[in-house]
Amino acid sequence: MNATVLEVRDLRTHFGQAKAVDGVSFSVARGDVLGLVGESGSGKSVTGFSIIGLVDPPGTIVGGQIVFDGRDITRSSREEMRALRGRRMAMIFQDPMMTLNPVLRIDTQMIEAVQAHENVSRMDARARARDALGMVGIPSPDERLQAYPHQFSGGMRQRVVIAIALLHRPDFIIADEPTTALDVTIQAQILAEMQKLVAQNNTSLIWITHDLAVVSRLADRIAVMYAGRIVESGPVSDVLARPLHPYTAGLIDSVPSRNRRGERLRQIPGMAPSVARLPAGCAFAPRCARADAVCAQAVPLLTAGPREHRCVHPLPELRA
Amino acid sequence: MIPSTPVAADVQSSSAGSSGMAPLIELNKISHSFGTRPDLAARLAISFKLAKPAARVQAIDGVSLAVRRGEVLGLVGESGCGKSTLGRIVAGILSPTRGSVSWRGKDMKALPPSERREAKLRVQMIFQNPYASLNPRRKAADIVGEAPRVHGLVDGDLGTFVDQQFRRAGLDPALKHRFPHQFSGGQRQRIGIARALAVQPEFLVCDEAVAALDVSIQAQILNLFMDLRERLNLTYLFISHDLGVVEHISDRVAIMYLGRIVEEAPAEEIFARANHPYTQALLAEVPRIETTKRGFAAIKGELPSPLSPPSGCHFHPRCPHAMPRCRTEAPRLKAVAAGHKSACHLNDAAA
Ligand SMILES: Nc1ncnc2c1ncn2[C@@H]1O[C@H](COP(=O)(O)OP(=O)(O)OP(=O)(O)O)[C@@H](O)[C@H]1O
Ligand SMILES: Nc1ncnc2c1ncn2[C@@H]1O[C@H](COP(=O)(O)OP(=O)(O)OP(=O)(O)O)[C@@H](O)[C@H]1O
Ligand code: SF4
Ligand SMILES: [Mg+2]
Ligand SMILES: [Mg+2]
Repeated sequence: MNATVLEVRDLRTHFGQAKAVDGVSFSVARGDVLGLVGESGSGKSVTGFSIIGLVDPPGTIVGGQIVFDGRDITRSSREEMRALRGRRMAMIFQDPMMTLNPVLRIDTQMIEAVQAHENVSRMDARARARDALGMVGIPSPDERLQAYPHQFSGGMRQRVVIAIALLHRPDFIIADEPTTALDVTIQAQILAEMQKLVAQNNTSLIWITHDLAVVSRLADRIAVMYAGRIVESGPVSDVLARPLHPYTAGLIDSVPSRNRRGERLRQIPGMAPSVARLPAGCAFAPRCARADAVCAQAVPLLTAGPREHRCVHPLPELRA
Repeated sequence: MIPSTPVAADVQSSSAGSSGMAPLIELNKISHSFGTRPDLAARLAISFKLAKPAARVQAIDGVSLAVRRGEVLGLVGESGCGKSTLGRIVAGILSPTRGSVSWRGKDMKALPPSERREAKLRVQMIFQNPYASLNPRRKAADIVGEAPRVHGLVDGDLGTFVDQQFRRAGLDPALKHRFPHQFSGGQRQRIGIARALAVQPEFLVCDEAVAALDVSIQAQILNLFMDLRERLNLTYLFISHDLGVVEHISDRVAIMYLGRIVEEAPAEEIFARANHPYTQALLAEVPRIETTKRGFAAIKGELPSPLSPPSGCHFHPRCPHAMPRCRTEAPRLKAVAAGHKSACHLNDAAA
């Protein structure tokens, strides 16, 4: 087992009443890939922002601890966090325009990103930027470097942001839906680069995605979020083959390829709860076929070997 | 209708011909290129011959495509190949540099202004980047309610109307007074969906409309799209990189590569009998839920650039079957089976 590089303990990040992240715990070992999946609005991005110290006010970390490389960084100053970001850890944001400045050319931005952490000449920095673009499958990188972000397609912007995150070969990367706009061949190219980085550099990844198929091939462990909490986690193949939490099972059943073409897709009934008014017990109970009175009380974290879940009526290990 | 060009026969037999009706929307030999206007420093450099003027991006290259009323046409292709550009042309947001778009059989450009405005309202687009397409200074309720109010589509209370639109897109109406940045990525995408559906369009251009949604909400939205199609005969151009989703929802699928349509066929046909080598490469890479961790493969061959598209078949630098002819001559989109067209020289070699 590799050494733990990141440990998140009982993290709580709230936006006033909205408990976006409410008691999240997990750890990531060096060279490991954690797939973070779950409901839209369940707190995946906010978990990522909390780790790299970029929670937007009025959001604040109201509880818990984030330990990176043995150091508690929960309340590190902005300067300390800035020094960590880029070189040691990087986040690929879900929205590329959170990273890119719309009024600056791509080359200006990438050269700045290189020079922010390394004392290299402009020409060397530019060469690094060009190579990085090539690596993420952007042809004619020399010409493309002169363009502005709006002159790129959605997927090209995403790839520029990935290229920027990879510039310093960081030890730790949080990738938030980094390939949502990429066709499968380019996606495979990017994932191959990521796997190479993990293998050569022992980089750890948190890969936030809705694509269970990608997670199954890329990740070691998977964590499933629902309404601000991790409701299930474990080795990726176990969880996807035999989900214990009914929410996880509902997700897997909604994948189009598990449904008949042209027919209505199976969807989880009901609507996700608002994180501003969460029930005391299992937040999934109002939508769950297995729910009963017990579910209305607080559900502790239950463990079964390498697996953890928060369901008092877990699914039987073997599903039909 | 399409003028008599060599491809016209194919187009008629596969699309307009079978229903006997003019398609709802038809693209006729559309091309679009983007010029990058050099900034001052670049202009100086160019005038002193220190730099070359920036090349033009050939985003769309002679695309003809018809979408019938009530059909879902899936549009798939490589990142940067021109799908969003094509979608914006279909939605009337962008005028093509060449070619024409007709709406219910009439050239858009020839429509009187009032009809053109009406047509524009009937065609709505769900944008790929939800954040950039939502005004950051307006509350979600205004973003969704504004156009229907202005166009007199709301009878009764605007607040109730907006709540309905929110619920339909799987959003909690309690969130409607928030600003876009206070939503998660998938919630923002659903604001874009609610906004487009609120004006009761006839034609919806969905540009990666479900890409940011978890699979359960994705299922809910796709089911909604299918319901609307059944109830209101809504027509869709459905741009997506997710082949599982495209297979599920589309009647027909068009595959694009570097500005050109390279294959077009009924969905079942294309997934069962892909003809074009690019389509085959795509289908081979579709990730499935696996029981063990498995490596991903880097792209073999060279990725072509729309700044200087390769000669002949645009796919030839990556194609495992490329022949000398592929480097010199662009293959035409030709029928290979009923309703199935493909642009690959291999089909001639086989004959
Ligand atoms: N600035 C903010 N103010 C108030 N609430 C916020 C703010 N930012 C996020 N939230 C809320 O916090 C919750 C978690 O958001 P987050 O972006 O982490 O979701 P997510 O899991 O990444 O979802 P998605 O898959 O849709 O991107 C959401 O319910 C969201 O509405
Ligand atoms: N405003 C613009 N100015 C200059 N070039 C542009 C502009 N918009 C798009 N392009 C270029 O046109 C080409 C096609 O872009 P488009 O956005 O249509 O691709 P796409 O198929 O939607 O890709 P993706 O799947 O990544 O979203 C790209 O090479 C892009 O760089
Ligand atoms: S025309 Fe030639 S290069 Fe193009 S796809 Fe067919 S075989 Fe490959
Ligand atoms: Mg998110
Ligand atoms: Mg696009």
